[in-house]
Amino acid sequence: MSIGIDRDKCTACGACVDACPFGVMEIVGETAVVGDGCTLCGACEEACAFEAITIVRKTGSSEAAAAYQGVWVFAEYRGGNIAGVAFELLGEGRKLAEKLGQELSAVILGGCLDGAAEELVAHGADRVFVFDHPDLLHFQEATYSRTIAGLVRERKPAVLLLGATAIGRSLAPGIAALLDTGLTADCTELDIRPEDQALLQTRPAFGGNIMATIVCADRRPQMATVRPKVMKRASRIEGHRGEIISMDLPSEAVDRRIRVLGTVAQQGDLVNLAEADVIVAGGRGIQEEKNFALLKELADLLNGCVAATRGAVDAGWIDYAHQVGQTGRTVSPKLYIACGVSGAVQHLVGMQSSDVIVAINKDPEAPIFSVADYGIVGDLFEIVPKLIQQIKNSLGQ
Amino acid sequence: MNLVVCVKQVPDAKNIRIDPVTNTLQRQGVESIVNPFDLYALEAGLRLRDEFGGKLTVISMGPPQAESVLREALSYGADEAVLLSDRAFAGADTLATAKTLAACVRRLSPFDLVICGKQAVDGDTAQVGPALAQSLDIPHVAFVGTMEGVEAGCLTVQRMMDDGYDTVAVELPALITVVKEIGEPRVPSFKGKMRAKKQPVPVWGLKELDLAEDQVGLKGSATWVERIFAPEPRGRREILDGDPDTQAANLLKRLKEDQVVKLA
Ligand SMILES: Cc1cc2nc3c(=O)[nH]c(=O)nc-3n(C[C@H](O)[C@H](O)[C@H](O)COP(=O)(O)OP(=O)(O)OC[C@H]3O[C@@H](n4cnc5c(N)ncnc54)[C@H](O)[C@@H]3O)c2cc1C
Ligand SMILES: Nc1ncnc2c1ncn2[C@@H]1O[C@H](COP(=O)(O)O)[C@@H](O)[C@H]1O
Repeated sequence: MSIGIDRDKCTACGACVDACPFGVMEIVGETAVVGDGCTLCGACEEACAFEAITIVRKTGSSEAAAAYQGVWVFAEYRGGNIAGVAFELLGEGRKLAEKLGQELSAVILGGCLDGAAEELVAHGADRVFVFDHPDLLHFQEATYSRTIAGLVRERKPAVLLLGATAIGRSLAPGIAALLDTGLTADCTELDIRPEDQALLQTRPAFGGNIMATIVCADRRPQMATVRPKVMKRASRIEGHRGEIISMDLPSEAVDRRIRVLGTVAQQGDLVNLAEADVIVAGGRGIQEEKNFALLKELADLLNGCVAATRGAVDAGWIDYAHQVGQTGRTVSPKLYIACGVSGAVQHLVGMQSSDVIVAINKDPEAPIFSVADYGIVGDLFEIVPKLIQQIKNSLGQ
Repeated sequence: MNLVVCVKQVPDAKNIRIDPVTNTLQRQGVESIVNPFDLYALEAGLRLRDEFGGKLTVISMGPPQAESVLREALSYGADEAVLLSDRAFAGADTLATAKTLAACVRRLSPFDLVICGKQAVDGDTAQVGPALAQSLDIPHVAFVGTMEGVEAGCLTVQRMMDDGYDTVAVELPALITVVKEIGEPRVPSFKGKMRAKKQPVPVWGLKELDLAEDQVGLKGSATWVERIFAPEPRGRREILDGDPDTQAANLLKRLKEDQVVKLA
């Protein structure tokens, strides 16, 4: 790949200098010059009004595309359940498999996987590879990544998708490094490029301020983690048939350097924020720890979870596990109700891919309103109780 | 304990955005900072060093200017710093970055623990740490919130999961990536700041790391950026007026229409 600047067309206007996310473009004399650190991302090419910049891109090799076939999804399994994101991966994986004209498979690892493989077949998997072994009972990076990498080497899928969950994001880089292939994090959109069957992986970067489409066109498999709650869940297909293949755990895959001593699933008020459909978030406008009960009541009525800003967490009103944002979790529920949240960028990056955002804030200038679908300028202590009351009325309580 | 902490220089994310009118990236006034998570990684490392003795080395791969983040780390109390900088390293994806960092960590052997931040806020990938561990063939635990102790060559930690946390023991040498819960970074001392100004920071390139050109930078990368664009502007920004009763009623009506709440 290379970048070229046509000196005759370049007017030294500087649009490319402003556009470069890496700050490597410069105007020297009459023309733009590319400095060290260019990643050939194409931002300058897009910004140039004179078509003076051309980036010659690679397309994938056809050998790679031919030798590797099929779309695979990793079905995360924890605490006796298949993670919701696995069904989303099956939904998206099915679309990709159709575009490629190839099959959809799932890989599942665990210590007691009763009926899980059948569930995956019922949601569209043509094939399920099952590793069911006591050594796999708890998620453990090294053993899991070796097991999956071994299977990939043997079966050669074109695409391998994992959920961008704590487990998926910890596991995927190790698999990719073992296979010496590319990995794109936290994708929100996937597609297949018809010319070379490359997986187009689109994700937010720079805290969601820009979107980047990334390819891994000449290595296989093409790996991506996918943000939970963004892709559409596969629905149950009555009578769908698939092959369930029970695999032996290779002894060389077992790594005893990591031991899981205990797992604590926090229940009740905590929270699988990443999986929640509805999130009611409180910021410093909540004023006191006990006022989170009000948000909890609203969240419970909507079958949702409570989240918080760093402001509220730092005030000690709620546990860090609830924090959404740059130094907390990234969430994308169907509905995010922000109460007394100012909308600092560090908070916005964690929630702006939510489907519908509601902001309730006293200050009409609060930045949260700029990302909100519906805004209510007012006192949350007046508005939230009204919401609760009206919901109760319509539920007939 | 021999510790290595990986720090990255990143643009301060809050100032970067695409101008919706011209569709170009606005960089005015964008400062470079230490990736915030890497300060937590450094703090975790300093606590271990203070408890068990030994040496803490900070490393960073980046352009020559990245030296400033290493000096900042020295001011917090890191013992040594190495900058990995070479024209050949430019444009690295997480795979190539991990290989480059791995070559450096190997050169710093023997080491007991490598600590990375959970993620860098420019790319938000959270991939370099686990990939680095794999390149070094050492075990890793990601998203560590608490370090419980070191005993018999094992580090015991709590890692944050989506639904709670796990307690995990990992044999050293190992790598962890840390989240904010690990503890607030200390304040650099005056003495530290003075020392950080004077201390030499060696620069290692391809030659020093004994890496082939096709393993690093853009050439060694498996992925590349095909396109960068502005996200769809989000938010319908409809302000609901009226008294609280009307506001609440109108909101619920819209949420039902959008099918994001189900009420009987
Ligand atoms: C490196 C770094 C990382 C960070 N990471 C995160 C992160 O992960 N997550 C995060 O959230 N923040 C993060 N922050 C902090 C962030 O910059 C903001 O400080 C924080 O999000 C503000 O929280 P807040 O909205 O609760 O508080 P404030 O900014 O104080 O806003 C409170 C809001 O409540 C409103 N209000 C007050 N009373 C009422 C009422 N009765 N009714 C209605 N509205 C009311 C006010 O008008 C105000 O807008 C980070 C900062 C840094 C520097
Ligand atoms: N260029 C780099 N130099 C040093 N450390 C890095 C570099 N890139 C990433 N890291 C480390 O890896 C972590 C995760 O980064 P990322 O995978 O880019 O989100 C960071 O918090 C750093 O600790």
